[in-house]
Amino acid sequence: MSNETTLIFQHSRPGRSATAQAPKPVSEDQLSAIPASLRRKNKPGLPEVGELEVVRHYTNLSTKNFAIDKQFYPLGSCTMKYNPRGANRAAMLPGFLNRHPLAPASHSQGYLACLYELQNFLKEVTGMKGVSLAPMAGAQGEFAGVAMIRAYHEARGDDGRTEILIPEAAHGTNPATAVMCGYKVREVPVGKDGDVDLEALKEACGPQTAGLMMTNPSTCGVFERQIEAISKAVHDAGGLLYYDGANLNAILGKVRPGDMGFDVIHMNLHKTFATPHGGGGPGAGPVGVSQRLLDYLPTPMAGLDEESGDYHWIDTDTLPTSIGHLSAFMGNAGVLLRAYFYAMVLGREGMIRVGEYSTLAANYLLKRLEAIGCQAAYPDRRASHEFILTFAKLAKDQHVTALDIAKRLLDYNQHAPTIYFPLLVPECFLIEPTETETKEAMDDFIDAMAKILEEANTDPDTVTQAPFTQPVRRLDDVKAAKELDLVWGE
Amino acid sequence: MPYIPHTEDDVQAMLAAIGADSIEQLFDEIPAHLKAGHSLDALPEGRGEMAVTRLMAERAEQDRFALSFIGGGAYAHHIPAAVWEIATRGEYYTAYTPYQAEASQGTLQVIYEYQTLIARLTAMDVSNASVYDGASGLAEAVLMSLRANRKSKSRKVLVPDALNPRYRGACDAIVRNQDVELVSVPFCNDAGQTLVDGLKEHEGQDYAALVISQPNYFGSLEDVDALTDWAHANGQLVIAVVNPTSLALLTPPGEWGADGEGADIVVGEGQPLGVPLSSGGPYFGFMACKKKHVRQMPGRIIGRTVDMEGKQGFTLTLQAREQHIRRSKATSNICTNQGLAMTAATIYVSLLGPDGLASVAGHCHANTQKLADKLCALDGVERAFSAPVFHEVALTLPQDADTVLARLAEKDILGGLSLAKDYSMKNAILVNSTEVHTEGDLDLFAQALKEVLA
Repeated sequence: MSNETTLIFQHSRPGRSATAQAPKPVSEDQLSAIPASLRRKNKPGLPEVGELEVVRHYTNLSTKNFAIDKQFYPLGSCTMKYNPRGANRAAMLPGFLNRHPLAPASHSQGYLACLYELQNFLKEVTGMKGVSLAPMAGAQGEFAGVAMIRAYHEARGDDGRTEILIPEAAHGTNPATAVMCGYKVREVPVGKDGDVDLEALKEACGPQTAGLMMTNPSTCGVFERQIEAISKAVHDAGGLLYYDGANLNAILGKVRPGDMGFDVIHMNLHKTFATPHGGGGPGAGPVGVSQRLLDYLPTPMAGLDEESGDYHWIDTDTLPTSIGHLSAFMGNAGVLLRAYFYAMVLGREGMIRVGEYSTLAANYLLKRLEAIGCQAAYPDRRASHEFILTFAKLAKDQHVTALDIAKRLLDYNQHAPTIYFPLLVPECFLIEPTETETKEAMDDFIDAMAKILEEANTDPDTVTQAPFTQPVRRLDDVKAAKELDLVWGE
Repeated sequence: MPYIPHTEDDVQAMLAAIGADSIEQLFDEIPAHLKAGHSLDALPEGRGEMAVTRLMAERAEQDRFALSFIGGGAYAHHIPAAVWEIATRGEYYTAYTPYQAEASQGTLQVIYEYQTLIARLTAMDVSNASVYDGASGLAEAVLMSLRANRKSKSRKVLVPDALNPRYRGACDAIVRNQDVELVSVPFCNDAGQTLVDGLKEHEGQDYAALVISQPNYFGSLEDVDALTDWAHANGQLVIAVVNPTSLALLTPPGEWGADGEGADIVVGEGQPLGVPLSSGGPYFGFMACKKKHVRQMPGRIIGRTVDMEGKQGFTLTLQAREQHIRRSKATSNICTNQGLAMTAATIYVSLLGPDGLASVAGHCHANTQKLADKLCALDGVERAFSAPVFHEVALTLPQDADTVLARLAEKDILGGLSLAKDYSMKNAILVNSTEVHTEGDLDLFAQALKEVLA
């Protein structure tokens, strides 16, 4: 690991540059058409460094990251599975990379063919009637989904529907999205077994209900067993059912959201379809819909003229009821190509295996962790592709928290699981091993957890002061928020 | 099994530890009739990397072209080899959101450097870690202006017709559900600019903000100082939409206005900074603002701090604005940033430096001027507007623009964008040139257009 702590700006020397990279300067004459009043007076303070220094700086910085390519990364609800290198190479083929988003269809047939097939692929695995690949991330897929629900009610003149129901364990994006779509949020409680409180849900449903947003398997890491009753209650009240695809990996090839009664879903291709997370993005959040929402799908979409065999764009001129474009062009196009590659390599059999083996891995890890003394949040339930542990007792007895254990895991070269989510389980870990990890990798994680639990009892400071082996120790977050330093040398 | 490592022995050992007889048994909480009824028949058999790569390589080859002069918000630039060689290192490519700061100092420091680069390029105080793209970034800026402009109670924002119509469309699709209205501002038909005269009718009315695009969709340079001062005099915030390459040459939005008061929020498409055209994404939207508005800014923000031993470190900060903490009261539902594209941009800008970027911007401008001159030398071709341009220019043709562009495409030349649909300018096209074009490329375009018009 590198000790690089200097900023790129500190490497800067006036007059130094990567001279191979820029064309020779143009003369002032050639800029004379730009009025002097619009010209920049002072050179921007960008770094002036040579090419090797840039390469070395960013290579050294990269080594300070944990990553799937380096470590087991069981971040619950994020599906940190292997990102095939082949998908990256295919998406970066020059023909794809150089294609302008507004190139005419005559020069886009290869790209359109991939998108068209991916749309059909996603339709089949989710059991929906139509798919748009346009949304750029899960949260934008959610936005598209709820905006379609709103468009549907409005088109029917059904404008008294002002509320979206959301189980209390939901991702924060769900309520934030409902508000962005102009709805009020009503939370529905979750029972002790991790399932939605059905009676409370029935009471909450009414003529004001626009829809329900839920994840299944839920954010509690268990399959919502009453899904059909929930679907009926919401539909009977005139609302629509939204499926948050964050946990689609758990049931891929096993159960389809369309068959469960959902009207609209979004998928996270950066989770289920193995596209990279890139240090926080880009993602892609395609949406799928049932028959009654087909007219509202976001554009553009890929279409095929069966007779000529030519592909074309479906846009708002041919689908005027669409909720419209959510980006300037075609969403995160390159991410879609990576997902297409992955889907083609897996095929039918491979898709079914994703749900099976991610569920196998999670249940194995859960049982083994319980055996070494970890407390499951829902011990009587099957794990889906992820599960929750709670360290509430340890926090009370030894003052060792879930955060402490997470930090200590880093010292054992294991990325920490998601912590403190969902909010309703105290001192929790949400753990998702994915289908691409070996049994040995999971066993190493179990060994690390066993050692940490022992340390928590015999030498708690080792845990509460961790990490010791990373480029920095625990950071002062209060100082970061109070004495805002967001820009160098301000 | 592609990407699944388990042997039959592994599977048996794991099932034994679970106490289950089969994998199927692990799904016993799912109602049986939900599982039956489909076998994914429409899906093809899986194929290996070699076969899928070959298929995709053939498809990619289909989309090749000889020459392109299409801009419209995405621009072809030289991208140094080092940019993506480094950005696709597994340590950047396969990491996630830096929630565990101690194990993410690489990504966190890159974002801090990126925020600094954007702040310096735009001459603004602070930047976030990026949003999805320029158009959705504008929607976020519009929503932000409603929160940040405390003097205004309005849910209306003034948006020039000369703004990229795709930005307007996406922005409207995103904000309209919250009863936000985008009020249109006309442009001058001769100059192709948004004039203060065109704003007069809105004087004395309450709007949260004015959007100013520099350059505008026609490539025209706006009188940003006059527009900024008008907006501020009327109690509005200024949302600048800018091209990042141009900022090496043009007055940065942080200094707009006669007295340099500057724009309040700045957004733009980051693609020109080292991100390939790639059919429209992944790109990244950059977003910067004045310090006093930082708590209203959506998206991730990284701060510099110290660890428990006093050593410098970087961490996510001001998270109380975000959806995972504030839920329904968050500034936005945005969760991700465009980390990888933003990392590439940081490397790109570091390689070019201030002089390199100015040189790229200079060549874009000079080539576009040259191209306009060469095309306007043809009979019946002339500039549509009189305003000076940066690196894109609207031209009127003696014939129907859509037909001409289709015939150029038959010659494998993508000759720009038609302005027929968006502006009812039936004979007008929008062309762009950057540093990637040689004099010979410009001549080929002129020759082809001459043949098509003949």
